[in-house]
Amino acid sequence: MRNVYVISDNIISSLGFTTEENLNAFKAGQTGIKLHEEERISPSAFWASLVDRDKLAGAFSYHADPSAYTRFEQLLICSIQAALGNTAITLSGERVLFILSTTKGNIDLLDPKTRAGFEERRIYLWHTAQLVKRFFNLHNTPLVVSNACISGALAIIIGARLIRSGHYDHVVVSGGDLVTEFVLTGFNSFLSLCTGPCRPFDRDRQGLSLGEGAGTLILTSDRGLAAGNDEITAGPGYSSNDANHISGPSRTGEGLYVAVRRTLALSDRGVDYVSAHGTATPYNDEMESVALTRAGLQSVPVNSYKGYWGHTLGAAGIIESVAGIQSMRQNLLFNTLGYTHLGVTHPIAVVDKTRPASIKTFLKIASGFGGCNAALLFNK
Amino acid sequence: MDNSGIIRDYVILRSGKVVRGGREIFSGADIPVGEFLTAVYKQFSINYPKFYKMDNLCKLGFMAAELLLRDKKTEESFSPDAIGIVLSNRASSLDTDRNHQRSILNRSEYFPSPSVFVYTLANIVIGEICIRFKFFGENAFFIEEKFDADRLYAYVKQLLDDNIVQCCVTGWVEVDGDTYDGVLYLVEKTSPDTDGFAIFDPGNLTEIFSRRS
Repeated sequence: MRNVYVISDNIISSLGFTTEENLNAFKAGQTGIKLHEEERISPSAFWASLVDRDKLAGAFSYHADPSAYTRFEQLLICSIQAALGNTAITLSGERVLFILSTTKGNIDLLDPKTRAGFEERRIYLWHTAQLVKRFFNLHNTPLVVSNACISGALAIIIGARLIRSGHYDHVVVSGGDLVTEFVLTGFNSFLSLCTGPCRPFDRDRQGLSLGEGAGTLILTSDRGLAAGNDEITAGPGYSSNDANHISGPSRTGEGLYVAVRRTLALSDRGVDYVSAHGTATPYNDEMESVALTRAGLQSVPVNSYKGYWGHTLGAAGIIESVAGIQSMRQNLLFNTLGYTHLGVTHPIAVVDKTRPASIKTFLKIASGFGGCNAALLFNK
Repeated sequence: MDNSGIIRDYVILRSGKVVRGGREIFSGADIPVGEFLTAVYKQFSINYPKFYKMDNLCKLGFMAAELLLRDKKTEESFSPDAIGIVLSNRASSLDTDRNHQRSILNRSEYFPSPSVFVYTLANIVIGEICIRFKFFGENAFFIEEKFDADRLYAYVKQLLDDNIVQCCVTGWVEVDGDTYDGVLYLVEKTSPDTDGFAIFDPGNLTEIFSRRS
C-alpha cells in the first residue's frame, strides 16, 4: 500500500489567515473568542470566534471580486489558494481530488436578512463544490463530506484511503463553516453555549464557544513533493457510531473507543500526543476521558484547541489536524487554553502549559451529533 | 466473477410505493412524504415509537433500513463494528433547516427548538439506523448533485477490500420539500452461499436505482 504524505496546509480563523499566524497566536496565549455585537447574527451580544469580514473580503479581492462570492465561499477559496501556493500541485490534473468538509456551508443564505442578492440554490453543498470546481478548473467532480462535527477528520481519513488505494495521487481536503444566527440559535436552544471563552476539560467548564474558519490539508502519494520537510504521513483512521443517542455522547465512549482501538491496532509505534475534540461541554469532555482511558491513553499528553478559536464545526477536524501536524514539526505541545483544574472523572494528561516535546505519532479524535466518532493517526 | 461483493437486497421508497428485492410490497396514493412514511410504518406493524420524533429524512432512511434488514439478522451475522453505513443525497438536511430557519425568522417571536435543530445535519439518519440495529461501524454522508453509482461503489468497495467493513448499508436518501426518494442497498462480502444475488458493481447499482418495481 502507498504512503500518504502531508505536504501543505492552511488555517484561516479569527487568529490569522495563515497557519503561521495562528500558531504565533497560540504561542502568545491569545484567544480569538470575544464578545461581539453583530446585528446580522444576533440581536444581543454573543461570545464567538469570528473572522473579520473586511479582512476576508480584502484577502479575497486578490483572487476575485468579493461581491460575487459569499463569505463561506471566500473563506474556502482563500484557504485552498494559500495551501496550494506552497506546492507544485495544480488542481486541474486528472489524478487530483478535491474534498469539501462542511456541516452547513452557505446556510446564512436561507435568511432573507443575510442573503444579499445571492440565489437560494447556492445553499446546496454540491453547488458550493461545483463553484470551487469552476474556480480552480478541477478535472474531477469534488466529493462533499457532511457528517456533523467529524466531517473534517473523516474527510482526511477518506482522502488518505483514496490515495492509498490508488484512486488518486493527490487530494486537497478543505473544510469550513460560519457562525450564523442559524447555528447560534440552535446551540443556544440546547443550552450548550458558555459565557466567555470555553474551558475544555476544566472543572468549571460550562459549554462550548462557536467559531468560524476554514482549513486545508494537501495529501499526496509523491514522496518527492515532501522533500525539504520532516516527512509526515496520514492514516490509518476509522469512524465508528455510538449507536446510543443522536444528540448526547455515549457514557461509555463506545464509538470513540472503537475508532481509536481500530486505528491503533494498525500501528506499532504507540501515540505521543492526542488532539482531543474537547468542546468543553460537560458530556463531551467526560466521554473523551472515558474513551481515552479505555484505550490505554490516559497518560499520553492531550490538548484541545477549542479555547483558541472555538468549535469551528466542519473546519474543526482539519484545522486541529493542521495544528497537531505543526506540533510534530516544531516539537511543541500547545497549552489547552482555558484549562486549569481537571474536571473529568477519568484523569487524563491534559496539557496545561505550552512546552517542548518530541512527537513522532499524533492521534486526532473527533465526535459529533448523530453518535459519530473518528480517530486518525499521523506519523513523523 | 468479480468477488468484491454482492447486493444481498435492496429497498426503494418512491412515488407512494415500496419495492423490496424486485417485488412491490406497498402501493398507495402519491401523498406527501410524511403521510406516506406513516402509512408504511403502520402497514408493516413496526413498533418503534421514536419514529414519530424523527424528521422526514430520518423517517425515510429509517423505514428503508427497517424494510431492508428485517428478518435478516444482519447485526448477528457480522461483528457490529464491521457493519458500515454510507449514504448520500442532494439536499443534505435542508428540509429541516428550513423549519429551524422559520422558527428564528421573526426575532420578536423566536422559538428555536433543540428537537428540530438536532435534525439539521444530514448524518443524523445514519445515527438513527445505527441506534435501531446497534451498528458500530464506519459512517459517511456524501452530498452529490445526483445519485453517483461510481463514487458510492468505489468507496464501499474499498471499505470491503480493506476489511474495514464486512457489510454495508448504502444508497440515497433525499427529502427536499415535496420531493423524496429513498434507495438503500445491503452490500456484503461475497461468501460461498451467495449465488443468485446481484453482483456489487456500478452497473447493478444504477440499474436497481432506475427500477420502477
